[in-house]
Amino acid sequence: MTKYLVNKFLYTVDRDPDLVERYRSAPEELVTSWEAEYANAILNCHGAEASTWLRFDDEERAALAGHDHVKLFELGAHPFLTLTLFIAMFERDNTEPLEYQKAYGARMAHLSLPYPDIAT
Amino acid sequence: MASIVAVIASTHHPFYYRASTSTGADRPPFADEWVRKITAFRETLTRANPDVLVMVGSDHFHQLWLDNMPQFLVGKAPFYDANWYNEEREFGLPRMLPKGQEDLSAHILRAGLDAGFDLAFSNELRIDHSVTCPIITLRPEADLPIVPIYTNIFAPPLPQPSRFVALGEAIRRIVEDWPSHLRVAIIGTGHLSLELGGPRQFGPHGPDPEFDRKAVEWIASGDLENCLREVSLESLHAPGNATHGFMDFMLMMGVAGAGAKADYADNLDLFHTMEAYFTWYPNGVPA
Repeated sequence: MTKYLVNKFLYTVDRDPDLVERYRSAPEELVTSWEAEYANAILNCHGAEASTWLRFDDEERAALAGHDHVKLFELGAHPFLTLTLFIAMFERDNTEPLEYQKAYGARMAHLSLPYPDIAT
Repeated sequence: MASIVAVIASTHHPFYYRASTSTGADRPPFADEWVRKITAFRETLTRANPDVLVMVGSDHFHQLWLDNMPQFLVGKAPFYDANWYNEEREFGLPRMLPKGQEDLSAHILRAGLDAGFDLAFSNELRIDHSVTCPIITLRPEADLPIVPIYTNIFAPPLPQPSRFVALGEAIRRIVEDWPSHLRVAIIGTGHLSLELGGPRQFGPHGPDPEFDRKAVEWIASGDLENCLREVSLESLHAPGNATHGFMDFMLMMGVAGAGAKADYADNLDLFHTMEAYFTWYPNGVPA
């Protein structure tokens, strides 16, 4: 379980408009290319000084590629990061205010306290 | 020495800017009442006539990230660019550029370190809506220099609630000892019960109205004793998964002082969250 790397995906994709669009339209492809190009980048560091050890496990990769925000929550991804990115991708399809946000919560209605640990 | 002319604690709701500036069919039904409440709250700062704003907030994974996460950080820069692409995208927040009060930043860092708080610092900080929302609500002219102070309420492991209170008490003493003739307002924003990204989000009220009722009472009456007795890192999960932002209110209770009754207290029950607004005047209510 590499909560940190899942969070890093959510964080770096969310702040890049191009990556947001690619994640919306072709999630599997974006997850694959992100893992190859970005997973080991240390933010703020030169490319030659990247990390060498970071990779998703299969469950995480599938949850990200499947836009499965419920699974990401269950895996302990940071809920704020997941929500922010998913709103960026899907709020635009709303037919009324907060429609996506409410549906997002409703899909998690079966979850109860204590929530999964989000500490990294 | 500097004088602390107002201590202000508030929620920071990123929807306020868009709600208050929208018109016609886009204007939500709660906007007018919200604007009335904010306008009255703003007056509590205006009448204190501050020169400088110390602003406590929490970066929402914008500049501060898990590869290098400070618990408490003081900005020390001549300017702070403000608001981020994802805040423009989701909330319609404007770009801003508040000036910094660098000599007060330096004083807070030196005195804070010497008081036992190992404060991180930043000489190039882009601030987010935890700082800009109270500028928009309380000082929309954005004409006063600021000292931003960031706390980690977001990325566990977090400091204990008592540490937030202690830092607030220290900030009060440190600012009072600042050798300056300037009038300082200390403003901090956080949350009452709040859920983001979980099953209780975006309900008709905050996720835990009973917690909100107690929290408003603790803050308005300065009841740090009961607040500290009931609130722990563990307990804050129950009212909502983002409720650790309440610790910024606890920090501000530390600034105001144990037992200090707020001179102004108001709240607004919105969908999704309870808004709450408090002002203390340490030197008495301005004429």
